[in-house]
Amino acid sequence: MAEQPIIEIKGLSTYLGGHWVNKDLDLTVQQGEVMGIVGGSGAGKTTVLREMLWLQKPNSGSIKVFGTEITTASSRALLALQRRWGVLFQSNALFSSLTVLENVAFPLKEHTSLDHETINELALLKILMVGLPADAAIKYPAELSGGMQKRAAFARAIVLDPELIFLDEPSAGLDPNSAEGIDDLILNLQGTMGLTVVIITHDMDSLWRVTNRVAFLGEGRVLCVEPMAKLCVNPHPEIKQFFSGPRGRAIKGTYQ
Amino acid sequence: MKEALFLKLDTNARRVDCQGEWTLANLHELQHEIKKITWPDAGKLVINGSGISKMDSAGAWLILRSVKKLESKGSKPQMVEFSDQAQKLLDFIYKKMENLVALPKVKASNWVIRLGKVTVEQLDELYEYLSFVGKLSLETLALFLKPWQFRFSSIVNTIDKTGARALGIIALLSFMIGVVIAYQMGFQLRNYGANVFIVDLLGLSVLREFGPLLSAIMVAGRTGSAFTAQLGIMRVNQEIDALDTMGVTPGELLLIPRITGLLIALPLLTMWADIWGIIGGMLMANNMLGVTPYDFLDRFQREIPMRSLILGLVKAPIFALLIASIGCFQGMQVEGSAESVGTKTTRSVVLGIFFIILADAFFSIIFSKLRL
Repeated sequence: MAEQPIIEIKGLSTYLGGHWVNKDLDLTVQQGEVMGIVGGSGAGKTTVLREMLWLQKPNSGSIKVFGTEITTASSRALLALQRRWGVLFQSNALFSSLTVLENVAFPLKEHTSLDHETINELALLKILMVGLPADAAIKYPAELSGGMQKRAAFARAIVLDPELIFLDEPSAGLDPNSAEGIDDLILNLQGTMGLTVVIITHDMDSLWRVTNRVAFLGEGRVLCVEPMAKLCVNPHPEIKQFFSGPRGRAIKGTYQ
Repeated sequence: MKEALFLKLDTNARRVDCQGEWTLANLHELQHEIKKITWPDAGKLVINGSGISKMDSAGAWLILRSVKKLESKGSKPQMVEFSDQAQKLLDFIYKKMENLVALPKVKASNWVIRLGKVTVEQLDELYEYLSFVGKLSLETLALFLKPWQFRFSSIVNTIDKTGARALGIIALLSFMIGVVIAYQMGFQLRNYGANVFIVDLLGLSVLREFGPLLSAIMVAGRTGSAFTAQLGIMRVNQEIDALDTMGVTPGELLLIPRITGLLIALPLLTMWADIWGIIGGMLMANNMLGVTPYDFLDRFQREIPMRSLILGLVKAPIFALLIASIGCFQGMQVEGSAESVGTKTTRSVVLGIFFIILADAFFSIIFSKLRL
């Protein structure tokens, strides 16, 4: 059986706020890979992500996730998809009125028929898996630091053991140690659980360490999809500019 | 009996074969099967994982948990022939499970403790409210020394939002209340043939009580809640902290203009409510009691003293201060969560209306002592 791509986007166009955010965008994500999405501010990264999650409707184009065309999918088919993916939002989006444990247990409560004890233990296990101490479980999100909130949101994203996770700027606003911890976490989970990961990030370290391939968004479409080592020597002016700043150059040296 | 899908126990060989998909989706059935099997008590037991086609962390957790349970019962389980991928996952989960601890349970407190807690919290809130009002008053007084720092555009904006845009709904409501009062009183008056006294009753009750009370309650629901929600979200987004660091106090930019604006708007709205209440009553008096608008207005200006209007309007600024200060105070009390915004908004409206009615009762007592 030929490997079917996990995500297949074709000819995606979105008109928002008086201009085309993306026009004729194509992108394919294969099973088990870590796909990075980069691009300058306003290149439409978050819009593409929201469209893959069907939080926002494109003007035209086709988006297939797990082989299901989501632009025409019934709400039932969508629900089946939603149980197979997990999302880490840029601002965490933890439910502020629930404790961390309740936050993480929430998808389990909604989508499984497991008993209370099992749910709590599985949720707690996920909290430990993302590197949070067990006593963080009974705290409320507001009582945690930014890095810990990120981890808690990560735990919630993986609690249903999804095959695909979307990460929107997972290391934004974190100290280098925590950011590295998140990277390790992604690699670790990807290695042990065979996840497919779509990650939007500006963190050069994450791009080098975590991703297999990186899609560069610019001019409303995907300019190219390549591994980092190739992408940063791409002659396209926009890509060149993106990676030729002092940050891009300094890091390139350490990974090559 | 349903055939076991995931587990096969060979008691003689002391061997368990795991098969199928050990995933979260099947976890419920898996648990069920594990429970059904009569596990051998002691001795060696081989757990064979070669038949597992797919395993996720929930499946790994279940295997490791069962192994632990068997170990505690005295048997020596041995895991063999798991795929590399599965073994990696099992090792990872095993390491994490060592830290699994029972979480401390939150003790349910008895009613004495809860009562005490609520009492202390309420007293605290009262204290904080008073210091909030005190601080704001000082800040306002300081502003009078340099009046060019008053934010006139913000005040006008508040008047527009809380006053001008409420004109329609207040007019409609007071009109209908006027109709209702005239209808209820009209019945009684007609029995005595005292139809024309509807003017006295309606004029006094609307001008002195219904106009001010009705517009204040309406504004408490409409504006008090808006103040709380706006300020609350600003607190959640740290916008208020940002203002503080820029050397602009929230009082000066957000609170005083809101309170001042409402202080101006509510008396005007009250006057507006008075007018529409009287018009509503007048129409009902015409239809039901045969008192024509001409007679109505003629008697109105002879019988209703100016004092009634003024006594009604005097209450409005007090109500405005109560609504605005409670709304702003509750908004500034919001702490970091969506739920908190909700509770504080509810509290702002409930307390606002409560204190309006309390103040109105006080006014009645004072007016009666002063024989007004």
